[in-house]
Amino acid sequence: MTAWQVLSPGLQTTVQDQGRHGWRHLGIARAGAMDPTALAMANRLVGNDEQAAGLEIAVRGPRIRLSRACRIALTGTEIQATWNGETLPMGRPLDLPAGELSLGPLRDGLRAWLAVAGGLDAPVVLDSRSTDLRGGFGGYDGRALVAGDLLSIGDAAPVKTSRRPAFPAWWIDVDDPWTVDRHVLRYLPSLHPSARELAGAVWHAHANSNRQGVRLDGAGLSGGGGDGVSEPVAVGTLQLPPDGQPILLLADAQTVGGYPRLGHVIACDLGRAAQLRPGEPVHFEPVIPAQARALAHEHAHRLARLRIAIAQHL
Amino acid sequence: MSAPRIERLGDDALLVRLGDAIDASVNARVHALAARVREASPSWLQDLVPAYASLAVFFDAERTATGDPHAFVGEFVTQLLDDDTAPAGHATLHEIPVCYGGTHGEDLVAAARELGLDAATLIARHSAPLYTVAMIGFAPGFPYLLGLDSALALPRLATPRTHVPAGSVAIGGAQAGIYPRQSPGGWRLLGRTPRVLFDTARAQPALLQPGDHVRFLPIDAATFDRLGASA
Repeated sequence: MTAWQVLSPGLQTTVQDQGRHGWRHLGIARAGAMDPTALAMANRLVGNDEQAAGLEIAVRGPRIRLSRACRIALTGTEIQATWNGETLPMGRPLDLPAGELSLGPLRDGLRAWLAVAGGLDAPVVLDSRSTDLRGGFGGYDGRALVAGDLLSIGDAAPVKTSRRPAFPAWWIDVDDPWTVDRHVLRYLPSLHPSARELAGAVWHAHANSNRQGVRLDGAGLSGGGGDGVSEPVAVGTLQLPPDGQPILLLADAQTVGGYPRLGHVIACDLGRAAQLRPGEPVHFEPVIPAQARALAHEHAHRLARLRIAIAQHL
Repeated sequence: MSAPRIERLGDDALLVRLGDAIDASVNARVHALAARVREASPSWLQDLVPAYASLAVFFDAERTATGDPHAFVGEFVTQLLDDDTAPAGHATLHEIPVCYGGTHGEDLVAAARELGLDAATLIARHSAPLYTVAMIGFAPGFPYLLGLDSALALPRLATPRTHVPAGSVAIGGAQAGIYPRQSPGGWRLLGRTPRVLFDTARAQPALLQPGDHVRFLPIDAATFDRLGASA
């Protein structure tokens, strides 16, 4: 067992995996990576099971002392990453000697994910190693990292030590950079009278957004309310509170809610919602169920191709 | 009674709506349907989330082995909707000890005054009914209880407290509930229970399950301390 020492924590760095499933009936959120696919692919790049725990990094990353050589990978939005001052690239396995890993500001987005061979060895709480920030459990003591924390790393094949970082020339893009517009989220509209109006307007991500949800700022929609009979909600649910400014529920969302629902953002677009910076514009594009299924299949096929590509290169 | 309506709840869930109001008989149908789906135990079932008048069915689309998992699961649930011969599950009755008033329930006296009752009458009427855990939400393990004497409805605080103690037994509007852990909250605090409602270290983390029944048992402060110490 080896441990990493957190020298500085970054803005909000949390231990996450693919989340808690099957506990919503007890009011327990999914939690887990805001973009589960990005973390799963980072795990693949270091030879882990996709379910392994890694770090989710928001806005500005941590500085970590690596006590020994290890293999890591970074996915998500471009992050300024260095090992003892040497720049590290995204989307590929990185063999690092012992030293200091510094993860700086994130460019163009809000979140990145780090996987390490062997996975982060946080205790399993209710079937997951994810941090539930609102519930205060899971991950590292149920909270974001602070300076001085020691992160245990699971066992992994030893990394060939050299004196400098080693990495291949190839890399993967988890999202297809040629066809995906980060500012468009596709959704299945509900039967609410304002559900389709959502698509006609320009929205901006509000600064008061977090892992629970993205608040949308724009010309308000009518038909919001706060006194409805509470019903189950899901990750991806679009709610309409009384002020007419919709909320898109994300990984840490509560399990029931009383606001009217405008619809649901399709699962394969939720990773992009996790990258919306405060003030950034976002558009919503309605789809019909058949399109949603086709897009989900397309996404699954892309992941299957990525898995094969990674396996062939490793 | 309105006909059940089924709608999508994202990529991997359906919402079955059995009514539009907070109503004990509708809620009982929700829990009966949940019990029948659970009893059938289909391989694709991920979670069943009951609420006052609706049930969410979360599924693993890859295990439904069909091109349209929502339609497949919708069909499955529809058949169970009509099947009154299938088991409706069993609910556990929990006796929850509560120390009312004083530092255990800061709002008891003011709430009684507001309702035009004396504190002892409020305690008696609050601990008389058999409650049902209509749903769990807001926070892990937080039960929304149906069955409150309608004359005891109390508006929420205009400014929510930043710290409600764990175990607080409270009224919010026409609803009753128990705060599992210290948290912010705007409900009126009548008392506290020494029972631990939610603990991730237990195999079954939540003391109360959706559909269970609850009766409050008034206890004094000494009993609260004794039970709390043994918890």
